[in-house]
Amino acid sequence: MSIFKKFQRLEESGKKLKKEFGAFFNVVLEEIISSTEAVINGKRVILAGTNNYLGLSMDDSCIEAACQALRNEGTGTTGSRMANGTFSGHVKLEKELSSFWNRSHTIVFTTGYGANLAVLSSLAGPGEIVLLDSDCHASIYDGCRMGGADIFRFRHNDVKDLEKRLKRLSERGTNILIAVEGLYSMLGDRAKLEEIAEIKQKYGAYLLIDEAHSLGVLGDNGRGLVEESGVNEQVDFITGTFSKSLGSVGGFCSSNHPEIETLRYASRPYVFTASPSPANIAAARKALDIIIHRPDLRKRLWDNTYSLHERLSALGLSLGPEITPIIPVRYQDPDEALSTWTRLLENGVYVNMVLPPATPDGSAFLRCSLSAAHTARQIEAIAEAFEKAAAAGNLH
Amino acid sequence: MNADQNLPDDKVFHSIVKILEEMVPPETEIGLNTDLGGDLSIDSLKSMEILAKLEDEFDITIPINVLSEVRTVEDLVRQIKELI
Repeated sequence: MSIFKKFQRLEESGKKLKKEFGAFFNVVLEEIISSTEAVINGKRVILAGTNNYLGLSMDDSCIEAACQALRNEGTGTTGSRMANGTFSGHVKLEKELSSFWNRSHTIVFTTGYGANLAVLSSLAGPGEIVLLDSDCHASIYDGCRMGGADIFRFRHNDVKDLEKRLKRLSERGTNILIAVEGLYSMLGDRAKLEEIAEIKQKYGAYLLIDEAHSLGVLGDNGRGLVEESGVNEQVDFITGTFSKSLGSVGGFCSSNHPEIETLRYASRPYVFTASPSPANIAAARKALDIIIHRPDLRKRLWDNTYSLHERLSALGLSLGPEITPIIPVRYQDPDEALSTWTRLLENGVYVNMVLPPATPDGSAFLRCSLSAAHTARQIEAIAEAFEKAAAAGNLH
Repeated sequence: MNADQNLPDDKVFHSIVKILEEMVPPETEIGLNTDLGGDLSIDSLKSMEILAKLEDEFDITIPINVLSEVRTVEDLVRQIKELI
């Protein structure tokens, strides 16, 4: 029997998807023109699905900081944080993130995925419990599985369901860690953090929030949902990524629990991988500084968000549960999502397409994520492309 | 309509069959040895739905870790019985 036999069903599904949705799976950004424009299939298009919320991947000062680090420190660290891979930039960024989140300790990881994998797999072990929102990212699920804890899901953003489970599970007398996200990546809605923090206190559980999509996006100072909801102190662990608002690559965990430092020895995903490159760290540091000192970027992002949401809503499209820079346009029929996605690209707009089973409710949707770098003209062009696509769909 | 006549008169088994019947084409045969993925094409999303419905039905909390131990209907019956 072939070692690949177990992939047969997946391969068949993949072939079917490629046949039907091949154009989507084969997208290559052939040339990057700006943080909001690229060339795809030889054609200049507006990027409206990149998670580049503040447009900092192409910010001049971030690029210059990365270039300097590249020249001064080289292309890679060639080692683990535990060995030769901790440079002064890693340590400085950890201090800056601790100050940003008002936490005593921060650990920087190589990716956001790696941060969740490392933290969750180390914090919750056999006999302990993780209660996670059903819409949590795969990195949270994978971290829990790796640690060997008992994993329970609660219905997405359903605080009553969370409490019902907490009540039952607290009878076991073991540690319970609740995991939620600041902004859920698919539907763009916030965790009900204030209520969850209250319940967490009531049952003596720990609370982890992944601010991957909310760092730089939510809160008066860009400090995510913990700032916006005013429950900063009740959150035990904040994780996140550098690959969205910060326009770089890497991840982190910040906490006031000094024992978090033990992860530097106890966490295999931290120990057994090369540390983030000097250029990535330098770009992330500069971008964090911009988030702190340029609130105007956040305002532009939200102005763009309200503007596009209003236009798409007026078209009668089915949108997400909240108005945030992640705007999902929902379709019951995956074929309709694909035909709309194709028409959008023909009309010069790229968005993400999300198909079941990756979608939370089995529907298909086109996911727009906005950027402070989008111009008013680009926002209008995105709305017009949706309008044209919808009109073309109605003709068929 | 789908349960094998020889199967035990078991509340957990029948509850599982009832939930599965809502997810598969009519007249699909479901028995203890039915492979959830192979025979019924139950994917990860549907698996989560099944667990949620069983939690409501039996007023229990099911760790999703059990899914790694479940291939057939019989496996699922056994896992649920351990939690009741």
